[in-house]
Amino acid sequence: MKISVLAERRIIYLVLLIAVALPLLFPIGWKTEVSGYTQMAYDLIENTPENKVVIISFDYDPSTMTELQPMGEAMIEHAFKRDQKIIATALWPMGVQMAEQAFEKVLRDYPDKKRGLDYVNLGYKVGGMVTIQAMGRDLKEVYPNDTRNTPYDQIPLLANTRRLKDVAWVSSLSSGVPGLKEWMMVARDSYNVPVTGGCTAVSAPGFFPYVNEQRQLTGLLGGLKAASEYESLIGRLGSATTKMDAQSVAHLLILVFIALGNIKVFVAKKKKTTKTKAFIIKRRKSND
Amino acid sequence: MKSSAPLIFAFIVGIIVLLSEFIPHSPFNEIVSTLEGWFMIISGFAILLGQISLIRMNTHKIVHKLDNWQYHLAGLISFGLMLALGLLWGMQETPGILGDATGIQAWLGQKPFDYLFENAYLPLSATLFSLLAFFIASAAYRAFIIRGLESNLLMITAIIVIIGRTSIGTMLTGWLPESLHFWHFPNLADFIMEFPNTAAQRAILISAGLGIVGSSLRIILGIERSYLGGDK
Repeated sequence: MKISVLAERRIIYLVLLIAVALPLLFPIGWKTEVSGYTQMAYDLIENTPENKVVIISFDYDPSTMTELQPMGEAMIEHAFKRDQKIIATALWPMGVQMAEQAFEKVLRDYPDKKRGLDYVNLGYKVGGMVTIQAMGRDLKEVYPNDTRNTPYDQIPLLANTRRLKDVAWVSSLSSGVPGLKEWMMVARDSYNVPVTGGCTAVSAPGFFPYVNEQRQLTGLLGGLKAASEYESLIGRLGSATTKMDAQSVAHLLILVFIALGNIKVFVAKKKKTTKTKAFIIKRRKSND
Repeated sequence: MKSSAPLIFAFIVGIIVLLSEFIPHSPFNEIVSTLEGWFMIISGFAILLGQISLIRMNTHKIVHKLDNWQYHLAGLISFGLMLALGLLWGMQETPGILGDATGIQAWLGQKPFDYLFENAYLPLSATLFSLLAFFIASAAYRAFIIRGLESNLLMITAIIVIIGRTSIGTMLTGWLPESLHFWHFPNLADFIMEFPNTAAQRAILISAGLGIVGSSLRIILGIERSYLGGDK
């Protein structure tokens, strides 16, 4: 039976849909091993003293929130657990809402944390790398108000934070440009502030060279797996952990598809060779 | 003068910014700080320019009923709707021209802008990105075929990384003793990412870095003029 390319494609889509949906409806609970990159990012936050001010930059939009939002929530929770004060910023316009949603979710478990005292959302600023450079000179100049229009000087958490150097670490959750690379180039390389962050799994290979002995990046969370690893490190059963089952099954299925595609090509080649051989033998016989 | 003024301006600004990296003292600090402020202001106007361009381009396609003009109309309506809702009633804690839309909030549970953002834009955007998974699965079936040594190596590497990056990797090799820790699928995947991948990425990064230095110098020295528009 010969199946058309269109039908093949539809079967693949349907099987993948079922494979992703089932683990989401009925979680399997597979465990993941924590990688060195995730551990390094965790250690940076874990070893930062209490009451230090930190920056989490939400440099992504809803298209990549499946991978990056769990990282944001986990990092906020970790910083809250360690009593660190969080400044949320965004180099992407939609990052403001992403930050608000992440805080809203984590605050359900930390109702004692107060806006302005324990965390603040400074919002979006256009300009990418130049904005970070300007933050290195004067934070207030770049962000005169927070997203609720509270003036910089009236936010207690920012009382002793004047420039980037006053921050203990920066984490950029990034799905493109501007993002993690720009933070690393300015905050880490120019102002010596430790920078960590997260990115989508597909862009992680491009960032791994920066996790080096010079600590240009102090660890990296690459994709949903790293987010679930981080959740397991802080003891949080978050969305990354539940989504990881679906992703694992989908990856396994893709491997099956690759194997099937190869078998199909192998069988087709074999048939073609047999046909050619039969044709040559037939021709020889007719010549004889 | 029309074409030489931007070239002179680019040269002066480029040299000042370049020098400020090597001489971080007055007056370079102040000049660079001012230039950064200018950049942010110009970037802000660029957003406005982008919006005007978006309206013009879409309107042109709708008026002339070009191919798929209906989609452009939908895009323009969505743009106008979000803009109007944001301006009239604001978003989250920020009030709009007409205040906080208390009546609508009581009905919808949140401001109209936030409601549409959370219930329309957010799921649509995430769905569009998620469609990639289906294309990848289909492409893997059709295109990932072993044809020679290189594709064999690629296949083996891909399998290790795919398995290593999932919970299945841990499940398959988690039982191995500590002395064979390296052979755990997640560790093998990390090894591939840390060494062969990093080596190749660094080579690409260094080449790209040199390319950026070269093209920046060309712009500063006025050799590269394509940013001025036109054919030159």
